[in-house]
Amino acid sequence: MAENGRLRLKDLYLHYRSQKGPVQAVDGVSLHLERGRAVAVLGESGCGKSSLARAILRLLPRNVEYFGGEVWLDGRNVMELSEEKFRREVRWVRIALVAQAAMNALNPVVRVGKQVAEALRVHRQMTGKQVRRRVRDVFRQLEVPEDFIDSYPFELSGGMRQRAVIAMALAAGPRIVILDEPTSALDLLTQANIMNALKRIKEEQGTSFIFITHDVGTSSELADEVAVMYAGQVVEVGRADRFFPDPLHPYSRKLMASVPRLHGGGGLEFIPGQPPSLVDPPEGCRFMPRCQFSFEKCREAPPLFHTDDGRGVRCWLYEQGCEAGLAAQREPTAAVEPMDDTPPPEDA
Amino acid sequence: MAEHNNRLMAARDLQMWFPVRRWGFIPAGAVRAVDGVSFELRRGEAVAVVGESGCGKSTLARTLLAIHTPTGGRITFEGRDMEQFTSREMRWYRRRVGYVQQDPYGALPPFMNVHRILREPLIVNGVRDRQEQEERIRDGLREVRLVPVEDFLDKFPHMLSGGQQQRLVIARAIILNPGLLIADEPVSMLDASVRVEILKLLRRIQDAHNLGVCYITHDLSTVRYFSHRIMVMYAGKLVEKAPVGGLLDDPCHPYTRALLRAIPDPEPENARTYRPVPGGEPPSLMNPPSGCRFHPRCEYAIAGLCEVEEPPHFVPRADHEVACWLFREE
Amino acid sequence: MRNLRTGLKELRHYPSAIVGLAFIATLVALALYAVIALPLDDAIRLWRAGEGIWEDTPRNASPVLLNWWPGNNHAETIVVRCSDEAATRSMERLSDDFAIIDISLPLEFTYDGFPDDVRVFLEADYEERRPHAALAWKTPDGREIELEERTLGERATYVVSGDRRLAERLGTEAHIGLFRQPDIEDDVPLKGRYELSVEGILFEPEGDVRVRLVSYGRVHGLAGTDHRRRDLTVALLWGAPVALAFGILAALGSTLTTLVIAAVGVWFGRWVDAVIQRLTELNAILPVLPLLVLIGTLYSRSIWVMLGVVIALGVFSLGIKVYRAMLLPVRNAPYIEAARAYGAGNFRIVFRYLIPRVIPVIVPQLVTLIPSYVFLEATLALLGLGDPLLPTWGKVLQDAFQQGALYKGYYYWVLGPALLLMFTGLGFAMVGFALDRIFNPRLREL
Ligand SMILES: Nc1ncnc2c1ncn2[C@@H]1O[C@H](COP(=O)(O)OP(=O)(O)OP(=O)(O)O)[C@@H](O)[C@H]1O
Ligand SMILES: Nc1ncnc2c1ncn2[C@@H]1O[C@H](COP(=O)(O)OP(=O)(O)OP(=O)(O)O)[C@@H](O)[C@H]1O
Ligand SMILES: [Mg+2]
Ligand SMILES: [Mg+2]
Repeated sequence: MAENGRLRLKDLYLHYRSQKGPVQAVDGVSLHLERGRAVAVLGESGCGKSSLARAILRLLPRNVEYFGGEVWLDGRNVMELSEEKFRREVRWVRIALVAQAAMNALNPVVRVGKQVAEALRVHRQMTGKQVRRRVRDVFRQLEVPEDFIDSYPFELSGGMRQRAVIAMALAAGPRIVILDEPTSALDLLTQANIMNALKRIKEEQGTSFIFITHDVGTSSELADEVAVMYAGQVVEVGRADRFFPDPLHPYSRKLMASVPRLHGGGGLEFIPGQPPSLVDPPEGCRFMPRCQFSFEKCREAPPLFHTDDGRGVRCWLYEQGCEAGLAAQREPTAAVEPMDDTPPPEDA
Repeated sequence: MAEHNNRLMAARDLQMWFPVRRWGFIPAGAVRAVDGVSFELRRGEAVAVVGESGCGKSTLARTLLAIHTPTGGRITFEGRDMEQFTSREMRWYRRRVGYVQQDPYGALPPFMNVHRILREPLIVNGVRDRQEQEERIRDGLREVRLVPVEDFLDKFPHMLSGGQQQRLVIARAIILNPGLLIADEPVSMLDASVRVEILKLLRRIQDAHNLGVCYITHDLSTVRYFSHRIMVMYAGKLVEKAPVGGLLDDPCHPYTRALLRAIPDPEPENARTYRPVPGGEPPSLMNPPSGCRFHPRCEYAIAGLCEVEEPPHFVPRADHEVACWLFREE
Repeated sequence: MRNLRTGLKELRHYPSAIVGLAFIATLVALALYAVIALPLDDAIRLWRAGEGIWEDTPRNASPVLLNWWPGNNHAETIVVRCSDEAATRSMERLSDDFAIIDISLPLEFTYDGFPDDVRVFLEADYEERRPHAALAWKTPDGREIELEERTLGERATYVVSGDRRLAERLGTEAHIGLFRQPDIEDDVPLKGRYELSVEGILFEPEGDVRVRLVSYGRVHGLAGTDHRRRDLTVALLWGAPVALAFGILAALGSTLTTLVIAAVGVWFGRWVDAVIQRLTELNAILPVLPLLVLIGTLYSRSIWVMLGVVIALGVFSLGIKVYRAMLLPVRNAPYIEAARAYGAGNFRIVFRYLIPRVIPVIVPQLVTLIPSYVFLEATLALLGLGDPLLPTWGKVLQDAFQQGALYKGYYYWVLGPALLLMFTGLGFAMVGFALDRIFNPRLREL
């Protein structure tokens, strides 16, 4: 197989052991990430997004029930590397991770600049001078004022700490960075600023990103591709400019319809029911119990159907092609309309 | 006086400063979490309070709920001054105001089951009759669509999904038939798909009971679906108050404009453009900037004015107040 | 957080907890048995060892368990009464006032070791003229050894080992000489049927003589006996309910009061908290053991007084700091804020919202605390501050200690109570640790 892409995941699995049985957190995920592009991994809480990041970087907890699949990096299946080799050649050097809530996991007694430098020293032979210059560079890319380098984490605001964490990931100059909910805990302006910085880094340095988030709006800030995860599986992948205006999978469509829009928003919809348990997910299509379009065939697990424009969707409606699938989902649904802004009458 | 009848709650120059002490006893200033907030809330009206994290929204909520005693200003509720409340009036007030919190799991005592959780406010507020308790508990659960009721009564919070937990919190907030609901980021911890469900529920309850709602959020995009009016808060102060449509479509305050620009609607173009938002950090509430608190980040700041004098509320349009010198009437 | 009940249910997944529970169950069964089979008053009476109560038990005998060891066949205690079936008794009335009574008490001796002592207890009925009796010993091989002749009082005891002249006659300690095989060098007991014959002369028409022969064993009862001939089973048995009651009450009492005080401090904060904190620190430097010794010597050594003092001293224990650290984050929990918003009062918040939240964390601690109080009671007893009346493990240990039991080789005397204490500690500790792992998932292996 010709590997011209940068990162290709093939049938990646990560199951955890638990008292109730194996938790199928990542269940056969295949993804494709091109040089200098970003794929947004969208999904509800608990659908396995962070687990996917862990699986790619082999940062596994102790209770792993099953871990397998292929991770092709620049034409080489890095799953075959030994742990030692993987740590030396891949993790942090080629693929770095900004873990979820990592900004709260900074070492409180070490200055942030030093912590970033630490990430460099472990993985690269560099002189002290080079290290200092590199640290200053990454901080500048992230628009952190230089005097913040010598602060302790508790002296920094949430936004600055998050930038420091991102700096740690970028320091070693990885070509791929996995961002796990990098802005979820931050307020709007800070979030927008950090997203601007990431966009710039992507553009100027050609870094690729896997951007994990549950926030559809924010995902659109960086994404060239979108992958929607549901219950451990990727149910839809495709180019962002196709996905956002017109998602395919019934789940993606509902998800998009539930996103309130600031400008010209229509009605909002929601998905009834609850996300399935990952211990014993529904047979067949995992979205079936909540899907208003489900039919007989959905009892079988659908494969990823490919459309003409290169998108993939895991739904039986698309067995006959894209048009047929979309046509099947024309039924109107109840929605929450925006409020009219006439306040209640002045006088009762 | 007619207007009075329609007014549910009013705050005048409300102030909540938390004293800060160094080494536990040396006074070292105060965190001015709420610093001179005035507003009115009409019966059956939903007002959203929007602002960045740490700007004092939750503190405002807690002060309105009489969890904090304000360090200045006054709150009146249905024409009565909270400062002068007797303990009986206080109990009445607590019945009249419901509270929905951000983190539904944290808001529920993990060691009580659903039945017990809903019974607590009734017991506390003197509903002793078992029969009546049962009825109200069941009605409450039905109201928030936790049906069939029997399936839920014995469950503990950790057995419920996030959305169900939040519905339980809402049921608890309305079980005493309040006239005002204070909802502090009721959906920000929930998944997008559940979020809408909860908002819809809140809106239905609001309509059904003609509730006044104070909806606190940092997420401007949901406001349109849920509020009549918006108040924008920045560093402990309200900088803009206006009806939803007017504010979202034609914001006045530079901060509001920046906020609106910062929110991405899911469009693929976003990835190709940079968001024009001011840099900088939210100001410290211990020693906020002089004059207008937004001036260090403001692109329109008027030198010699904005950093010197605090802007009063101007009224550029009917029913639209903004605390910004740009709108001063020459 | 997990629910208390489901957490307790989960105990069955922990083998160590099951073993611990088995230990505790055994102890509880023992305690129940003690309380039912031997009412407290009887136990106290027995343990006081008043006149005549422990006549039939040997002194410092080892537990019979010793005989279960193959090859061991130490003498056990044999009591023969004249009312027994095997005993014969004949009375020949020679005149109105005068009668001869012949009593023969058979003694089947089958042991490889000599008895510890032999005594004959004689009781006589008379009004004025005391009966007279002559004792003789018949061995299985037909020898007859004259023992003693004496005029009887209402009660008389003939102590064989104390009979100097007999010892001289037999050429060895008297009670050994009686059982010794005559013709060989070594002291080897002769097995078979011995007989004690008592020939009495009565001088009154209503007169009578009763005899009891006791051959004291070297082993006795399940737990042996102590220097006052008390059967240690009494103390070991009754030690269980006392230890459990003391341990559980002390642990519960101190934990609950501490918890409540910590919660009150945390909830009200400010000066209330400050006062509580300072008291705790003050309490921390109080020397608990010397204080208990002082109270024990000057005031009372009753176990209930001690329990009260232990709990009182535990109220402001350092546990407050631990609970405080646990409760502080709960104080700011949103659900408590919600409770305040719907009007719950301070009292309700402390007892219904604050404390229940940490109960699951406290329970394992409480369980592990129980044995330490049991040990404390034993320690107090060892220091001579045990309850003056109650038989407890600690008191047994104290006696053993005072009598130099280990020095003299009476290991059983120490081992019995020590093992029981250890089992108690182990049982509660194993359950406590398992509970800790259930309720504090951080300790759990994933
Ligand atoms: N170490 C673990 N052992 C067992 N189960 C785990 C473990 N880590 C995660 N899980 C479970 O796996 C599922 C996926 O978890 P994951 O953290 O990947 O979700 P996520 O999509 O990142 O969610 P969120 O948006 O809340 O971060 C969840 O149901 C979670 O409970
Ligand atoms: N009890 C308190 N004592 C001291 N300072 C407090 C207290 N409560 C809040 N503050 C401070 O007041 C400021 C405003 O906090 P608040 O929780 O009201 O913000 P917020 O707008 O609700 O933020 P978020 O969006 O993160 O919830 C913060 O700086 C906080 O540290
Ligand atoms: Mg995650
Ligand atoms: Mg808040």
